[in-house]
Amino acid sequence: MEALAYQSNHRKTAALLSIIPGIGQLYNKQRIKGAIFLILAASYFIVFGNLLNMGLWGFFTLGTELPRDHSIILLVQGVIAFIVIGFGIVFYVFNIYDAFQNGKKRDQGFAVTSIKEQYQNVIDKGFPYLLAGPGFFILIFVVVFPILFMVFLSFTNYDLYHSPPARLVDWVGIQNFTEMFTMDIWRNTFVSVFAWTIIWTFTATTLQVAAGIFLAVIINQKDLKFKGIIRTLLILPWAVPAFVSILVFSGMFNDSFGAINNDILAAFGIDPIPWLTDPQWTKVAIIFIQTWLGFPFIMAMTTGVLQSIPEELYEAATVDGATVWDKFKSITLPMILAATAPIIITQYTFNFNNFNVIYLFNEGGPAVAGQSAGGTDILISWIYNLTMTSAQYSKAAAVTVLLSVVIVTVALINFKRTKAFKEEGM
Amino acid sequence: MQMSIKQEKIIRLTLSYLVLLAAITIVIYPILWVIGSSMNPGDSLTSSTIIPQNATLLHYKDLFTKTQYLTWYWNTLKICISTMILSVIFIGLTAYAFSRYRFFGRKNGLLLFLVLQMIPQFVAILAIYILVNLVGLLDTHFGLVLVYVGGLIPMNTWLAKGYFDTIPRELDESARIDGAGHFRIFWQIILPLAKPILAVVALFSFISPFADFILASILLQSDEKKTLAVGLFNMVSDEFGNSFTLFAAGSVLIAIPIGLLFLSLQRFFVSGLTAGGTKG
Repeated sequence: MEALAYQSNHRKTAALLSIIPGIGQLYNKQRIKGAIFLILAASYFIVFGNLLNMGLWGFFTLGTELPRDHSIILLVQGVIAFIVIGFGIVFYVFNIYDAFQNGKKRDQGFAVTSIKEQYQNVIDKGFPYLLAGPGFFILIFVVVFPILFMVFLSFTNYDLYHSPPARLVDWVGIQNFTEMFTMDIWRNTFVSVFAWTIIWTFTATTLQVAAGIFLAVIINQKDLKFKGIIRTLLILPWAVPAFVSILVFSGMFNDSFGAINNDILAAFGIDPIPWLTDPQWTKVAIIFIQTWLGFPFIMAMTTGVLQSIPEELYEAATVDGATVWDKFKSITLPMILAATAPIIITQYTFNFNNFNVIYLFNEGGPAVAGQSAGGTDILISWIYNLTMTSAQYSKAAAVTVLLSVVIVTVALINFKRTKAFKEEGM
Repeated sequence: MQMSIKQEKIIRLTLSYLVLLAAITIVIYPILWVIGSSMNPGDSLTSSTIIPQNATLLHYKDLFTKTQYLTWYWNTLKICISTMILSVIFIGLTAYAFSRYRFFGRKNGLLLFLVLQMIPQFVAILAIYILVNLVGLLDTHFGLVLVYVGGLIPMNTWLAKGYFDTIPRELDESARIDGAGHFRIFWQIILPLAKPILAVVALFSFISPFADFILASILLQSDEKKTLAVGLFNMVSDEFGNSFTLFAAGSVLIAIPIGLLFLSLQRFFVSGLTAGGTKG
C-alpha cells in the first residue's frame, strides 16, 4: 500500500491541522463537522477549565492553607479532573484520527462524505455510544472513580491525626507500603491476616466444593428414591438469604446460650467450647458455616452436569469390569471438573472477599494481642475495620491496593485461559 | 468373600441414605431452631427449646409494633426493585452495544469491564462514602441504588453480552434490509429473544442488594432508612441475647418468602450461571 504513492498529502496536513480540533476537518471541507469539533473543544475548556486548573493544583499540593483548603475534597476534584482529562484525550485522539482518515480518502481520490452521509454516519456510529453511555457514566463514577481515589489515597498520610478540616493531608510517597512491611505491628498483622485469608479461602472453598460434588453424586444414583424432596431440602441453605443464616449461626454458636454448646454438645456430655472467644474455634466455626452456606450451589451445578453424562460411558466401563470407585474417578469427576471449573474458580475469589460471613458472625474477632486486626479478619474485613473503627484511611487504602493486585493477577491468569477471552481476541 | 449383587446394592443404598440423612439434619437443624426460637416465650434463649413448650406469636406482633421492621422490609424491597429495573435497562443496552456494534473504544471497554468485575466494589468503601457525601446523596436510597447499579454493570454486561452474541446476526440484517431503524431492531427483534438472560440479570440485581450489608451499613444512617440486613444485624449486636427471639421472628419472616421465591426461580440461577460460566 505504501508503495502506491499518493498524488497528494492531505492526510498528513489534515492530521497536523487537527492539533486544534476541527481545523483538520475544515481543511477536509467537512464544514459542519469541523465547526462542531471546534465548538466542542472550546466549550470543553470553558466548562472544565476551572475544574482542571483547581483540580490539578489541589491534586499536587493537597491544599496549602487552613481552613480554606480541605485536602480530601481537593483530592476528589483532582481525580475527577483526571477523568475529565482522560475523556478530553480520547476525543482529541479521535479528532486527529478522523482528520487523517478523511485526508487519506481524499488522497486516494474518493470524495469526502457529504453532509447527508455524515448525518447518517453520526446516527450509525453514535448509536452504540448512546446505548452504552448511561451505564458507562454510572460505572465511571461509582466504580472507576472510587478505585482510582483509593490508589491515590494509599500514597497520602490521611488518618485520624491528619484529618480535614482541622489538618491538611500530604503526599508521603510509598511510606504506607514500606511501613506495611517494615513496622512490626503492621508487618505482623499483614502477614497473619494474609496467611489466614489464604487458608480460609482454600479450606472453606475446597470443603464446600467437595461436599457439593459428593452429595450430588450420591443423590444421582439411579436406584435412590425421594430424589426431588432430598434435593429441595439440601438446597435450602442457598435459598435462605446468607446474612440471615450467618446471624442465626452467630446465635447458635454463642458461648453461653447458643444451641451448639447447650443442646448438642451437652447431649454428648462435651464441655462448652469457646466458639466466639477463642480464635481457633471461631475459625473452625466459620469454615463450617461457609461449607453449610456454599455447598448447595455446587451441588445444583454438579447435578446439571451429571444428568448430561451419557449412560453409555458407564455401561462400557461396567463391561470392562470397572468398580464404582473407578467409574467415579475416571468418568464422573473429570466430567464435573471440566464443566464447572470456571464456577469453582469464581467460588475461590468469592470467598477471598467473603466479608459477610467473617463480619456478621463475629465481627472478625475475637481480638488478638499484638496486631491491629481480629483473629478471624481476612483482608477485606480488616480494610473495613481500618476505615470504620480505627480511621487508618491511608493504610486501609494501601491494603486495598495490595489486595486488588492479588485479585487482578490471579483473575487475569484465569481469564486468559477461558474461551470468551480468546474469542474476543484480546 | 463373595458378596451378591443384591447385598452390595443394599449396603450401598443404606450408606447413601445415612449420609443424606446426616446432611439433611445438619441443614435443617438451624432452620428449625430459629423457627422454634421465634416462638419461645421470653426474650432471651437461656430457657429456649427447639420445640417451645408455650409457643407464642408475641414476638411477631412485637416486631410490627415495637421495631421499625416493616419500614426496613419496605426499604429493602424498594431498593432491590429499583436496582433491578435500572440495572436491567443499563446492562441490556450496554451489552447490546458491545455485542452488535464495532465502535471506537469497544475492545478497551470490554477489557475494563473484565478487570473491574474482579475487584469487589466495596474495597473502595471510603471513596464511595466520600463521593456520595460530596454530591449530597448520603443517607438516601437513591444514592445507594446508583452505587449498586454501577457495581452490577461489569459482570452482568459480560453475561448478557455472551448471550446476545448467540442470537444470529442475520436476524438484525434482514430487519435492516426491511427498513427497520436501530432502535426498532433492538426493541422488536433482539429484546424478545433476550428475555431469558434479562431475567437472569434481573434476578442477580435483585438478590445482590438484598444480601448486601457493607454498603448499606455505611451509606444509610438513620434508623428509618435502613435495610433488613443492617437492621437485623443491629438488633442482634446491640442487645445480643436480650432480643434474640425478636430477631429470630424477623429472620423467619425474611427466610420464608425469599426462600420460596428462590426455590421457584432456582433453575434460572443455574442456567444463567452455567451460561455465564462457560461463556465468560
